[in-house]
Amino acid sequence: MPSLHALANPARFLKLARPLTPVLVVAGVVLTAVGCWGGLMLTPPDYLQGETVRILYIHVPAAWLGMGGWSGIALSSIAYLVWRHPLAQVAARSIAGPGAVFAAICLVTGSIWGRPTWGTCWQWDGRLTSMLILFFVYLGYIALARADADRGGDGRVPALFGIAGTVLLPIIRYSVVWWNTLHQGPSIGLTRSSIAGSILWPLGFTGLGLTLLFGGIVLMRMRAALATMKAEARMRRMAAA
Amino acid sequence: MSQWVFVGAAYAVALGGAGGLLLLSWIAMRRAER
Repeated sequence: MPSLHALANPARFLKLARPLTPVLVVAGVVLTAVGCWGGLMLTPPDYLQGETVRILYIHVPAAWLGMGGWSGIALSSIAYLVWRHPLAQVAARSIAGPGAVFAAICLVTGSIWGRPTWGTCWQWDGRLTSMLILFFVYLGYIALARADADRGGDGRVPALFGIAGTVLLPIIRYSVVWWNTLHQGPSIGLTRSSIAGSILWPLGFTGLGLTLLFGGIVLMRMRAALATMKAEARMRRMAAA
Repeated sequence: MSQWVFVGAAYAVALGGAGGLLLLSWIAMRRAER
């Protein structure tokens, strides 16, 4: 098993990423499809929420990935600042787009679920507002990383922004505990859940499936970024010759 | 309105968003690695 430092070499990384990308994407699509089929066809409606409970199978993984994506940006940013691995910077920038998309999916599917359940699509409560701020922080990171790259910066400012943004993650996680507003409290933990197993099981499939898909998408974006950097370096060498 | 309309809309947004992101990332990767 190669160490993280060994993987910081782009050639070694690509040797692993090329076969891994289709595996992650195919496994992700299959598991997500099984989870959606189970969630739409096999599970019973909830005694209070009715059929709308099925939205949780996509809303919850989107929330996990929105927050998990930012954790990935923060860890990559730390690796970039400490060890100066360019691949860590590529990883952070490749995670930002998918992370923003999944944060947006979380917000939109939550609003769709809220309309029949709460009677409103939006409320400025702790969980909804902090997740919306995370989405805007993603957009800010993307803009900052692009501006840094365009100006030939060394990537330190986006990396610091990536680390500073982690302050939002515990706020999102504990918002339903700290503030007693519209969003329900935590119902799914690592060891136990207040949701019945007969309703909960497809969430494991969609959660794992969308996570693998997220990983496959990030690898694709990293491969695209590395190929573009290689082509640009070749052009610079040709122009200098 | 039927609850299934909300369920269908949420799945369309989620699967459409994830599928679109996958497609765009694949196209960008193929184009860059060509």
